Amino acid sequence: MKLYQRLHPGVNLGPTDPESHEEAEEKIFGFWIFLMSDLVLFSVLFATYAAMSIQGVAQGPSPKDIFDLSPVFLETMVLLASSFTFGLAILELKYRKNQRRLALWLTLTGLLGALFVGLELNDYRILLAEHGAAPQTSGFLSAYYLLTGTHALHVSVAIIWLIVLAVQLATLGPVGPVKLRLMRLALFWHMLDIIWIGIFTFVYLYGVVL
Amino acid sequence: MKQGVSSTGHHEESAEQRDYVKGLVLAFVLTVASFSVVWFKLLTGPAALILLGILALVQCAAQIRYFLHVDGRSHRDDLLLILFTSLIVLIIVGGTIWILWNQHARMM
Amino acid sequence: MFGRLTWDSLVFSGAIENPSASEFVASGAGSVVVLGGIALFILLAVMKWWRPLWTDWLTSVDHKKVGIMYIVLAIVMFLRAVIEAAVMRSQQLAAYDGAGYLSADHFGQLFTTHGTIMIFFVAMPFITGLMNYVMPLQIGARDVSFPRLNAISLMLTVAGAILVMISLVVGKFSTGGWTAYPPYTGIEFSPGEGVDYWIWAVTLGSIGSTLTGINFAVTIYKKRCPGMNLFRMPMFTWTTLCTSILMIFAMAPLTAASLMLALDRYADFHFFTNGDGGNMMNFANLFWLFGHPEVYILVLPAFGVWSEVVSTFSGKRIYGYTSLVCATMCIAVFSFCVWLHHFFTMGQSAGVNAAFGIATMLIGIPTGVKIYDWMLTMYRGRIRFTVPMLFHINFLFMFVLGGSTGILLANPTIDFQVHNSLFLVAHFHNVIIPGVLFGMFAAVQFWFPKAFGFRLHEGLGRKAFWFLAPGFVLAFFPLYWIGMMGATRRTATWADPAYHIWFAIAMLGAAMILAGTALLIAQVVVSVKRRKELAVPLGDPWDGRSLEWSIPAPAPSWNFAVVPTVFSQDAFDAAKCNGTAYQAPAKYEDIHVPRNSAIAPLIGLFACASAFGLIWHIWWLAIIGFVMVWAVVIVSSFNLDTEETIPADVVRAQNEAFLEAVRNAPGVTRDDETSSANQGKAVPERHENRFAQNMKGNMTEATT
Repeated sequence: MKLYQRLHPGVNLGPTDPESHEEAEEKIFGFWIFLMSDLVLFSVLFATYAAMSIQGVAQGPSPKDIFDLSPVFLETMVLLASSFTFGLAILELKYRKNQRRLALWLTLTGLLGALFVGLELNDYRILLAEHGAAPQTSGFLSAYYLLTGTHALHVSVAIIWLIVLAVQLATLGPVGPVKLRLMRLALFWHMLDIIWIGIFTFVYLYGVVL
Repeated sequence: MKQGVSSTGHHEESAEQRDYVKGLVLAFVLTVASFSVVWFKLLTGPAALILLGILALVQCAAQIRYFLHVDGRSHRDDLLLILFTSLIVLIIVGGTIWILWNQHARMM
Repeated sequence: MFGRLTWDSLVFSGAIENPSASEFVASGAGSVVVLGGIALFILLAVMKWWRPLWTDWLTSVDHKKVGIMYIVLAIVMFLRAVIEAAVMRSQQLAAYDGAGYLSADHFGQLFTTHGTIMIFFVAMPFITGLMNYVMPLQIGARDVSFPRLNAISLMLTVAGAILVMISLVVGKFSTGGWTAYPPYTGIEFSPGEGVDYWIWAVTLGSIGSTLTGINFAVTIYKKRCPGMNLFRMPMFTWTTLCTSILMIFAMAPLTAASLMLALDRYADFHFFTNGDGGNMMNFANLFWLFGHPEVYILVLPAFGVWSEVVSTFSGKRIYGYTSLVCATMCIAVFSFCVWLHHFFTMGQSAGVNAAFGIATMLIGIPTGVKIYDWMLTMYRGRIRFTVPMLFHINFLFMFVLGGSTGILLANPTIDFQVHNSLFLVAHFHNVIIPGVLFGMFAAVQFWFPKAFGFRLHEGLGRKAFWFLAPGFVLAFFPLYWIGMMGATRRTATWADPAYHIWFAIAMLGAAMILAGTALLIAQVVVSVKRRKELAVPLGDPWDGRSLEWSIPAPAPSWNFAVVPTVFSQDAFDAAKCNGTAYQAPAKYEDIHVPRNSAIAPLIGLFACASAFGLIWHIWWLAIIGFVMVWAVVIVSSFNLDTEETIPADVVRAQNEAFLEAVRNAPGVTRDDETSSANQGKAVPERHENRFAQNMKGNMTEATT
């Protein structure tokens, strides 16, 4: 098996930069493990939500009363698209070293991410303004805000991270360590996608169906 | 030698591009499918929940395969890591729901 | 400006306004912290040690120094927590049919800090420090995978420990026990700063542990030297791997639970509140999702230590290596399936309890396998009754007893009778003290020569053992008895005259443990004074078996002059037997090591400041601290020049001198290993006698 097949999947530097590629092995694997630890954190929040969304409604609204699927659908599409553009950015980084195209894809990714966070904040605004559904209202809403809020916080952190890396690409150039950081950010970004799949299914769709 | 590397590189690139496109298309299709089930009330009750759960699982698998490029052939370490994590997640989520539901039922 | 912090928050104001024995004890403890801090400050200044402390230690990213700092932290915190234990014992002895000398509130703080410190700031840093020091040496690595992250983990743990120490002087600690169950720890019943101290100290520690787990797992996966496949790793490395995996997955539920509790307290959320849809039982659920694996996070490295100790001091390969590895992995996975046995009485149905009870009992099986393996390792071995070995033999007896009472408690019907009683307290101290704590003491005796170049004084170590081991029995076996009689845990006063004699015996035991601890400190002091006659510069005082014994003591900063290649289990032992040990390498190369960095101590400092701000509602401090943590991370990420090079010539000179010294040294047999003739060159006994057959096997393996 060739080196670039053997090591860290997907967002690798493959045959174009074998040296960084090999150096990356430990770092990427370590980041994978971090992601798994993060996933367990989210699974705890999901489990808590699963119980509280039904048992913790108290006098507040139930999921059915307040969830609107249209913005959620839009958010999903935006986040999926941002994952795709990040993928294209990584391909650019890996195969062509065209700095401007790379910058373009990264900017697009960051903007889509920001749009996603903005849409989610707008959801919160509507919940608060039209339904009076604050996290303090009931156990269900506490769990809802914590779960979706933690995800939104992750996306926001990823955007800040993206900006820092963009500055590093501009000042330090596309050197090995910066490339590796971009690869880790890509893994992080894709993983947030997967968590969002869980959220739109088990929080919103289940909430409306139940 | 250099020639060889760049030609494999080119081959690799189009393969990877295809992967991303496949991932995107699958993600869109599965998302639309999930939402349609609810919007158009194709199914209701437990059947809907089960179908939605399966669709989500498939979509996660598609993301892992096409965006994160983990497969059983070449990236076994990562696959094992993901599978082990899934086991832990299953224990945590399943156990928590079982326990809290059981307690809740006995308090009613 | 200073949030809720006022002059009245200082512990001393309590003694002035409301003089009582309880307040004086609290002020005394606060004074010890303040005066100790000032004394340390002055000592460092007078001795001009501030600069070396900063450049050689606090900013160091060398896994060996990080490990030593972890262990120093653990020992300092241990002294506090063991004294607290003795104070609690004396209170219970004094409180027969009266109030004793401590207020109930003060007693509550004591059992909370005792538990919190012993788990998060003694046991965790002790095992982490040990794994840090030993594991990379055992797998033939130059450092861990992420040295700077390693230092950051240390400093986050230190930050948490500092918060707990500050709570002695500024404000009060939680009275909610180390498990901090709501609703008692909710804002309604615990409005003060105590629970917030608990939340942020534990959160900092648990983030540090998660990062450590990631770091060690990657190190073991990716940094093993050539030939070191998984089934050639020493047992301690195996247990380190399993512990790391547990840390990666088990700390997240704790972080989640404590953050939810914080949201309840700070922002009026309803995760664990009594009304509005909160569910306090979920806290117990989440806490023990962490808490049960945590038990194995602590005990697995100790099992690793016991495996190394018993095989080295029996002069034999460990019996049943594969079964030990499998048992370790079984325990690691099982440990995620049993958490409910910590709250059998919370109200779920019998079916749920039965399932978790059975799962709990199953853990006894792999643990039993280990006990037999250790006993069979000793069978027909060349046993030397050194201090670690004494602790090991004591461990075998005591751990079986403690484990058996665990099996009793795993039965829900029995648990209903004795839960929340001193029987439970006796049980978990019975596994943690002889298992984990004495394991760590044995590990210090065992590896101290490797870290500092001289052995610890054998006689004082034995004396300490003869105080600690019987002291433990006296301190905790009575608790089984009065627990059965109905004495509840965490109770400051009591009225049943039948308890009196047992509390008196327990107090005697606690005094013996204190004496044993004092002897251990004396042992270190005496050993430092006599370090010339105890010196083992050649690095192999115990006829060791794994790679860490093949290098000089203390270990050079680059660990191995040339990365070794191994051909079998017990690689260094095999090399000694077939004469390939201590060979000069064909060629030396430059070694790249990570440069020291101030990132970790800065992050620790700002994290500590931020947490302090959160505890006292000093929002500007909390925000600035938090922002600064990330500012340090981001700014430092722009610096890509993080390594320095040690020239090959330096490595060559030092290594050749070491090899020359080994060649000229006479070597010492096992009969003389505790005499001053022991300079760290072992004469392997296998050469002379009965293991010739085995040796031949090793040689064929090595040559193929």
